Amino acid sequence: MRINGYIPIILVTAALAVVPLVSSSNTLFNFMVMSLIITLAAQGWNILGGVAGQTSFGHALFFGVGCYTAAMLQFHFGVNAWVAFFLALLAGAAAGFILGFLSFRAGLRGSYFALITLAFAELMRILANASEWTGGAAGLLLKLDPGLANMQFESRASFLWLALAFVFVGLVISRAIAGSRFGAHLVAVRENEDAARALGVDVLSVKLKAISLSGAMTAAAGVLYVQNFLYIDANIGFGVWISVEALLAPLVGGRGLVLGPLIGTFTLHGLGELTKSFAGRIPGIDLMVFAVVLIGVVAFASGGVLGLLRRFAPRLARRIAV
Amino acid sequence: MYSPTILIEAMINGLLTGAIYALIALGLTLVYGVLHIINFAHGAILASAMFAVWGLNVLAGIDPYLSILVVTPIFFGLGYGVQRLVIGPAAKGDDGNILLITLGISIFIENALLAGFGSDTRSISSDFSFSVIEAGPFLISSPRLVGFAGSLVVTALLWFIMSRTDAGKAIRAVAKEKLGASLMGIDVGHVYALTFGLGCAALAVAAGLLMPTFYVNPRVGGAFVNIAFTIVVLGGMGSIPGAMIGGLLIGLVESLSGLLLGESLGQIGIFVIFILVLLLKPTGLFGAKA
Repeated sequence: MRINGYIPIILVTAALAVVPLVSSSNTLFNFMVMSLIITLAAQGWNILGGVAGQTSFGHALFFGVGCYTAAMLQFHFGVNAWVAFFLALLAGAAAGFILGFLSFRAGLRGSYFALITLAFAELMRILANASEWTGGAAGLLLKLDPGLANMQFESRASFLWLALAFVFVGLVISRAIAGSRFGAHLVAVRENEDAARALGVDVLSVKLKAISLSGAMTAAAGVLYVQNFLYIDANIGFGVWISVEALLAPLVGGRGLVLGPLIGTFTLHGLGELTKSFAGRIPGIDLMVFAVVLIGVVAFASGGVLGLLRRFAPRLARRIAV
Repeated sequence: MYSPTILIEAMINGLLTGAIYALIALGLTLVYGVLHIINFAHGAILASAMFAVWGLNVLAGIDPYLSILVVTPIFFGLGYGVQRLVIGPAAKGDDGNILLITLGISIFIENALLAGFGSDTRSISSDFSFSVIEAGPFLISSPRLVGFAGSLVVTALLWFIMSRTDAGKAIRAVAKEKLGASLMGIDVGHVYALTFGLGCAALAVAAGLLMPTFYVNPRVGGAFVNIAFTIVVLGGMGSIPGAMIGGLLIGLVESLSGLLLGESLGQIGIFVIFILVLLLKPTGLFGAKA
């Protein structure tokens, strides 16, 4: 473990952490909290879709499992928020394992894997929308009771720091994977599955670990969402929007790279806000920009923002170890 | 339990709707069979075709069935252009890229429609929308019957194009062996665009057949595209008869599970089939190989 690989992570986190000290704009805080939640979901996607190369179109499945596990445990059983959080992580990992066990064992790759993740997310959306346990179409509303023990905060700044702490843990995990044997196995599976198998990599087990970890991380983002808004319904938890966000951010930031999801999310949402401020509040205008950026990245800059940095400022890129 | 009349009527309605689903799936399976890509923008293109039909009706008073004659060539051209100018150059031959680009196109179209028309749901209603034909004890909706017939005609037409014309021969050649076809002097880029255009044209026809009984809003494509994916996977990716039979089957399943499980849970039957087919027999009923 080379410690200087972690320096960029610490610097970026520190830079984001001082924002509440120099600003008091709630609009800015809300923007950052939402971006950090999406970053965490995207970090989960990046381990499976970026590092291991298994493109998922249905990470809403894990996000929703996280949302509903946390919300239902608190709502129905009065479980402590932190306990619910850890159980939601387990539920996310379990959902990942089950999905992976079913689809990877059946040999699904590429488009087929993308389709089945989408199908599972949609199935859960319909179930959550119809079941009484999940509050049906009306959703679940949690009680407002601020306090660290309840994972709720009165000040926006405190919640921002909590979300940032989660993202920091996500960054450290991603960085640790990048420098590990497990990470090398993931890359081998992404680059050439058959060759990896021929070299003795247990492909199924590596993929299962990746999807379980990915599921747990994205579920953590779901818990953050619930604790922030204290509300969840099926179209938020299992909605297509979060599947798209979780996939876009790493692609735009730099697919498979540690800082990719964070940079991607802030780039996209920064552009989105900028567009809204120029074009007015036309619905959907920010997503149109996202779509153009996605197509542009795929066509001209497959390494995303960090890839561009590598190409045009190689010395800086090497220094921050992207 | 339900009386046989209700069950049979639900089955007839399911088959009638299924034929339109099949038409939507036809474009998807055609594009998959030739370009080997899953076109995620399929639903969004359908939604824009439905808006076009709705717009022609509201602005110019053109009957939705008549507007098929206008909208179809336009969407053929648009599809040709999008493949030639956007998807082809941007994808650089990588399947993963195509998946992401069509996703991007889908997000773009959906939100452009949202920006242009708002999220309101719109529909065209005329006396014909509600007219029914009595067949013995059953009431059958006339516009759905027209939709059924229209779908069969388009499927037959598409099958004719694919098997009896030079263009169809070129498409089949490219689908089988891209490199070989290009060495024989076939312009692969042109054939790709032609196929994509045909897929979009099928959607335009489907839009015209749907509008008399269905509504349109910017997100309407999502509902259809999930069904279309299921049909394509069930029938075998790339198979035209597979799409037709898969479509009728899915229409039947949707109608019956809607009757038995209720409106909100009715769609579950479709997704369960989708997941089971993907896991157990990803080649589908008529597919050659995955």
